[in-house]
Amino acid sequence: MSISLNNISKSYKKLKAVQDISFDVNPGELFGLIGPDGAGKTTIFRILTTLLIPGEGTATVAGFDVVEDYKEIRNSVGYMPGRFSLYQDLTVEENLTFFATIFGTTIEENHDLIEDIYVQIEPFKNRRAGKLSGGMKQKLALCCALIHKPKVLFLDEPTTGVDPVSRKEFWEMLKRLQKKNITILVSTPYMDEAALCDRIALIQNGEILEIDTPEAIVNKFPKTIYNVGADNMYKLIQSLQKYKYLYSVFPFGEFVHYTDKRDSFEVADLRSYLEKEGLVNISIEVAQPNIEDAFMELAR
Amino acid sequence: MKEENVIEADQLTKTFGEFTAVNAISFEVKKGEIFGFLGANGAGKTTAMKMLIGISKPSAGKAAVAGFDVYSQPESIKKNIGYMSQRFALYDDLTVKENITFFGGIYGLSRKKIREKREQLISELGLENISNKLVGSLPLGWKQKLAFSVSLLHGPKIVFLDEPTGGVDPITRRHFWEMIYKAADQGTTIFVTTHYMDEAEYCDRVSIMVEGKIEALDTPKKLKEQFKVDSMNDVFLKLARIPSPTLPKGKGENTDCN
Repeated sequence: MSISLNNISKSYKKLKAVQDISFDVNPGELFGLIGPDGAGKTTIFRILTTLLIPGEGTATVAGFDVVEDYKEIRNSVGYMPGRFSLYQDLTVEENLTFFATIFGTTIEENHDLIEDIYVQIEPFKNRRAGKLSGGMKQKLALCCALIHKPKVLFLDEPTTGVDPVSRKEFWEMLKRLQKKNITILVSTPYMDEAALCDRIALIQNGEILEIDTPEAIVNKFPKTIYNVGADNMYKLIQSLQKYKYLYSVFPFGEFVHYTDKRDSFEVADLRSYLEKEGLVNISIEVAQPNIEDAFMELAR
Repeated sequence: MKEENVIEADQLTKTFGEFTAVNAISFEVKKGEIFGFLGANGAGKTTAMKMLIGISKPSAGKAAVAGFDVYSQPESIKKNIGYMSQRFALYDDLTVKENITFFGGIYGLSRKKIREKREQLISELGLENISNKLVGSLPLGWKQKLAFSVSLLHGPKIVFLDEPTGGVDPITRRHFWEMIYKAADQGTTIFVTTHYMDEAEYCDRVSIMVEGKIEALDTPKKLKEQFKVDSMNDVFLKLARIPSPTLPKGKGENTDCN
């Protein structure tokens, strides 16, 4: 196992940040921790990168114990925290050289690993890190986390607040890194990114809701979902919320995702109810569930 | 009667030295409309929004918000709009009640009005049991819902929401949008930025900024037809992809304080 957590818990005073978390990440796997702010993602990252001692439980990274062997772990992992934490007043090149030196290596030695990311920021190698745009900072931080050729890479919300184009590019970079035999643990609040991971853990309020491949999690969704549309979204949601057979209704893009309490029902009944409510241009179609549906069902 | 425009921007421009952050954008937003303001990081969204809320003077062009001119009446604009961002919304070290009272005071409501609004808001959001708790101790989703309600305290014509749902869990994110629908239904105009492309689909109309210009503006449905794709995410990727967003403006300067 590249990463292994066994019954890890951590509290800050009264607040239970994570409770009884267990999961394993296989070598070379791209594993996603998916959950909103406050789910406990960062606490897990800080425990695994030896910056925080777990309250209970044990964990290993690259075969080393997070408490006993913290020095070995620090040499064999790369960590990109959620908050930009490079030296703002050092240049791009100085930051990279600094991190290489700390780990007793050079930029040249591991150049092949960072090459296709570094070329994108190399034209600005004499610019101070604080003066870079968000997307460029993110790429520099990734280069610095990779400079010592880590066995395991920890990325805490690397795409939060990043636009969809840069997010897509970032995930393409991760896929390429994965091919170079680096195990990656990445966290994100964006449910659509879950589908890009080999396996995911859905996490909320410090507890894991489910661990599996994205496909398996979606396939386990227990209900039939209908895409329901109408001219007035607000009225549509209000009407559905009053419907006696309602199980759940959530806005989803241009439609709402509706599930019914009954195992089977006539779509025509729902349609005539909505017509009576005064809605027009009603459409009702069966839809495929996605990770976000699964998350919301599990979090109920 | 002519439909009322709450925002009118005409060739609105902002330059910093030689760099043009916002390049002659023109658009209107109608009363009660939910208007999505999208763009890649560094495309100029924040700069444009700062001009519209009266805290940054345009370099050229015209704009009126809630009927007030951005050059000559920025103070009137500030009184007649609501604003909420992901980064700053409420004071963590004040209680729920204190935050409402404080912002009510800032917006110039009378004590009586503040008391009324405070009770109404706390009961609508179901915060009775925690109204004396510090806002800092609340889950992010509750904070954001409270912040949105607070931004509506003074009955503004329009409310600006800058990535209001970033990091919020999926269920609360949807409750938040139900609140947005409700406010719009009651006639409040909503001007919202987001990186969640499914949220772009909830808007009546959406504009997409690329390198300082508005490159597309229409209903989500028509934009999808225009670009022959199935989702707003794909519309966004098609539009914002070129040139490489990795090297914004070919210089990689930090232009929008992100």
